[in-house]
Amino acid sequence: MIVAERKPFEEIYNNVRKHKSILVLGCGSCVTVCMAGGEEEVGILSSQVELGAREKGDDISVIGHTIKRQCDVEFFDDETAKKIEQVDAVVSMACGVGVQFCVERFPDAIVYPALNTSFYGATMEQGVWAERCAGCGECVIEEFGGICPITRCSKSLLNGPCGGSDSGKCEVDPENLDCAWQLIIDRMDKLGRLEELEQVRPPKNWSKNRDGGPRTITREDKRL
Amino acid sequence: MNKDPIIIAFCCHYCAFTAADLAGTMRQQYPTNVRIVRLPCTGKVDIGMLLHAFVSGADGVMVAGCEEGSCHFLTGNLRAVKRVAKAKKLLAETGVNPERLDMFHIAASQGPLFAQTATEFTERIKGLNMEISENADQDVSGPEKTSQNCKPMEKNT
Repeated sequence: MIVAERKPFEEIYNNVRKHKSILVLGCGSCVTVCMAGGEEEVGILSSQVELGAREKGDDISVIGHTIKRQCDVEFFDDETAKKIEQVDAVVSMACGVGVQFCVERFPDAIVYPALNTSFYGATMEQGVWAERCAGCGECVIEEFGGICPITRCSKSLLNGPCGGSDSGKCEVDPENLDCAWQLIIDRMDKLGRLEELEQVRPPKNWSKNRDGGPRTITREDKRL
Repeated sequence: MNKDPIIIAFCCHYCAFTAADLAGTMRQQYPTNVRIVRLPCTGKVDIGMLLHAFVSGADGVMVAGCEEGSCHFLTGNLRAVKRVAKAKKLLAETGVNPERLDMFHIAASQGPLFAQTATEFTERIKGLNMEISENADQDVSGPEKTSQNCKPMEKNT
C-alpha cells in the first residue's frame, strides 16, 4: 500500500484559513490502513481546524467526508460532488495520487494536500510501517531470494554488499536499519542458492523507473 | 469566557466510574461541572473523541482509568495514556492549552481521590478560563487574543 504521514497542522491551517468553508476529504484505502487519512483522521483534522479557527478568531466552517478511494472516478459520487461544490476549498487526506485525481475530476475546485506521501510499504505492527517497494518498473526480487535490493539497500546495489555493512546493519542508520545485502546473503544461503550471487549483475534498465518520465500503462484488452 | 466550566470526564467502568459512584455514596462533594461519560475501559478512548469534546464546547477533559498494572483489559489504560499525550500535542498545535486535557489513574476504592481530582481539575480549568478573560480585557485590539477558547455547550438540565 501507499504509506503517508499527515502534514504539520500549521502548514495545513495556513492554507485553509484563506477560505470560509472547507471540505476535509478522506480516502478509505491505503491511507486508512496506514492511519493517515481515513475517516478517523478526517474527524481529528476537522476538529483541529475548528478549534484552531476558534482560537485565532477565523470564521471557517468545516465538513468532513470520506470516500472509498480518491484514485478512481466512480467513487466521486453525486453526494461528494455536491459537497465539493458547496465549499471554497478541499483538503484532501489522500496520497498524492488522490489529491491530483480530485483536481482532475473537479478542475474548478481548490484542493490542498493534507498528507506527505512517503513510500510503498507494509505494516510491520500497528503504528509501524516500512518501505518494501520502490516501484522501479522491472521487478528483480526473485533473483535475490525475495528481498528487494533496490528498495531495501540504501544504495540500491545489485552487487552488494558495500563497505558500509557492519554486523548486519547499514551505516546509514546502524541502530534501526538492516543491511539488505546481509539479509539477501542469509536468505540465499538458507535457500541453498548462495552461488547465484557470484554472478555479477549488469546495470539495471532504469528507463522503466521514473528516469523514463511519468509512466502510463495501457491495456487494450481491458479498455471499454 | 465561561466562568462555570464544562468538564467532561471519560471514566473507566471498572475503576474511576466506580470511584465516582463511591464518592457519592460517601457523601463526598465535587463540582457539578464534571459530566461523566462511562466507558468499558479507557482503552476505548480515541483522539477524535477527545478533540470532539472540545469542539462541542468542553472547557476541560479528564480521562480517568485504572492504576498502572490494574487494567481489567490489561493494557487499556496504558494505551489511553499514549493517546492523551498525542491529543495534548494536537490541541497545542491549534492553540488550545494542553493543560485542559489530562489523564488520571483512580482505583475503584478511591472515592475521595476521585472527588479531590475532579475538584482540582475544575479549579485548574477555571484558572485557565480566568487567564483568557483577563487577557481579553487587557487587549481588545486583536481577534486572536479576544477569541474564546471554547464555546459554551448547551446545557442539558
